[in-house]
Amino acid sequence: MILAAATLFEREILRFYRDRGRVIGAFLPPVLFWLLLGSGLGSSFRLPGTAGSVGFLQFFFAGTLLLIVLFTSVFATISIIEDRKEGFLQAVLVSPASRLAVVLGKVAGASAVGFLQGLAFLLFVRQAGFSPSLSGWLVAALALFLSSLGLTALGFSIAWKSSSTQAFHAVMNLFLLPLWMLSGAVFPLQTAPSWLRFVMRINPVSYGIAAIQESLAPAQGIAGLPHLGASLAILALMSAALAAFAAFIASRE
Amino acid sequence: MGGAPVSGSAAVSVRGLSFMYPAARKSPALLALSGVSFDAEKGTSLGLLGPNGSGKSTLFKILATAAYPASGSVFILGRDAVRERNAVRRSLGVVFQHPSLDLKLTVSENIRFQGRLYGLSGSALSKAVAVAVERFGLASCAGSAAETLSGGMRRRVELAKALLHGPEILILDEPTTGLDPVARREFWRHLQGLRSERSLTILTTTHLMDEAEALDRLAILDRGQMIALGAPAELKAAVSGDVLSIESSEPPKLQALMLDRLGIKSRLIDGILRVEQPGAHKLFPQIVESFPELAQAVHFSKPSLEDVFIAKTGRRFEIKKGAGAAA
Repeated sequence: MILAAATLFEREILRFYRDRGRVIGAFLPPVLFWLLLGSGLGSSFRLPGTAGSVGFLQFFFAGTLLLIVLFTSVFATISIIEDRKEGFLQAVLVSPASRLAVVLGKVAGASAVGFLQGLAFLLFVRQAGFSPSLSGWLVAALALFLSSLGLTALGFSIAWKSSSTQAFHAVMNLFLLPLWMLSGAVFPLQTAPSWLRFVMRINPVSYGIAAIQESLAPAQGIAGLPHLGASLAILALMSAALAAFAAFIASRE
Repeated sequence: MGGAPVSGSAAVSVRGLSFMYPAARKSPALLALSGVSFDAEKGTSLGLLGPNGSGKSTLFKILATAAYPASGSVFILGRDAVRERNAVRRSLGVVFQHPSLDLKLTVSENIRFQGRLYGLSGSALSKAVAVAVERFGLASCAGSAAETLSGGMRRRVELAKALLHGPEILILDEPTTGLDPVARREFWRHLQGLRSERSLTILTTTHLMDEAEALDRLAILDRGQMIALGAPAELKAAVSGDVLSIESSEPPKLQALMLDRLGIKSRLIDGILRVEQPGAHKLFPQIVESFPELAQAVHFSKPSLEDVFIAKTGRRFEIKKGAGAAA
């Protein structure tokens, strides 16, 4: 089983880095959004509870990080739909490799790619205005890894159930992007109306954002966010649950 | 629909197989296979011949363990294809109609990854890959991305992939789709070579008559039912009558005149008039003499597999394009 999972993992990594369009396509647009929105909104944005020291470029950094991960994992998982009907996965699914191995390999591979893409952006923390300690930076990387795993597992489950890539795009726009928007990635929790605040609190992506923001800027103390340890724990739990759900869906047929 | 237990020598034994596609939003439930039974003996080739929508692709999916039968059973080398799925999968090599190559990977990566899915690793894997590359003449393109290969070469890699783990049974779905006649012949030459080398049982779906002719036995499918089973020669011998095909500049006119003047019934199929009846060769001189202008060419032939299909179904074996072609 490990051999089969490792094979699919390796395939995912090879495929991604051989396709320059995908590498750039998943990385550049979020960075561009970050630069444009960050520069445009820069001075007019004020984070409640801070003395105006946190600009939008800095606030939006964690959101951009997860957008990179989201785009990467969507690109990687959307391929399942075609791949299963008329591609490499056809042969995988009639091989003795277990479904669990298939899910593990695919999700691990795709989330590793998302994680590495995000990690590349995480190198620009200082440009965004953060000055984290090494341990803070490492905790942020951990949160990034867990977020990538969860989002990829979610993408996998949706792709497995989708009949066409168009259907997946619809889900992407109606579900995945709003999930990201309502995570504190674009606007903070405190200024949102109470019904939105409720949605944001039950949204797993919120805990990824919170964990990254807190680990990068512990002193800034963005109000209304859960404790860093709690965020990480919830994030880990959610990602594990989503990965288990993906395995369940794929093995049920 | 239980049927007799599996005989010892059958590589593949199918009994009372049925499959239904559940109703979806726009289409009602579709019975794709109904009560199909046949055996394929070890080391022989069996063709699943049928037009689009005949159920042959569904049958392929079930044989390849990609779909479960609704009822009935499939035994592969004496093992239940549903309950002993993993063991069965090890004895099967599968070639899909749509390519299963990862086009972004190189040829050798594709083959190597396939081997690992079947549990090969280390030196056993390297050896198997080397043998496959040698056997299928892939040495020159082993390091190239699969997307740079020609259609014929890609099919050859598919075959190399499917046979890498040494399966006893090879299951193919329209394997020569999209290949030109030369590449198609070359693909089958490879396959026949393999068959004589080792005792390989081959099951393949096809809608191509010339491909079907070359197989040991055929199961002809139509609308989910198996309508004939036997060697191509046997099947053709069972059709009474010969066939005259007449080419004409004005086929409808000739058709009417032949009926009026000579009482010969014919059918117009794809611009060619067909007369199918016992002793059709006796009509040959009559037609040529009566209509020297209209009858441009008259061709006499013994029944073909297409005639077998027409005799059993009353319809022409046609390849529908697009609409209504399920499975």
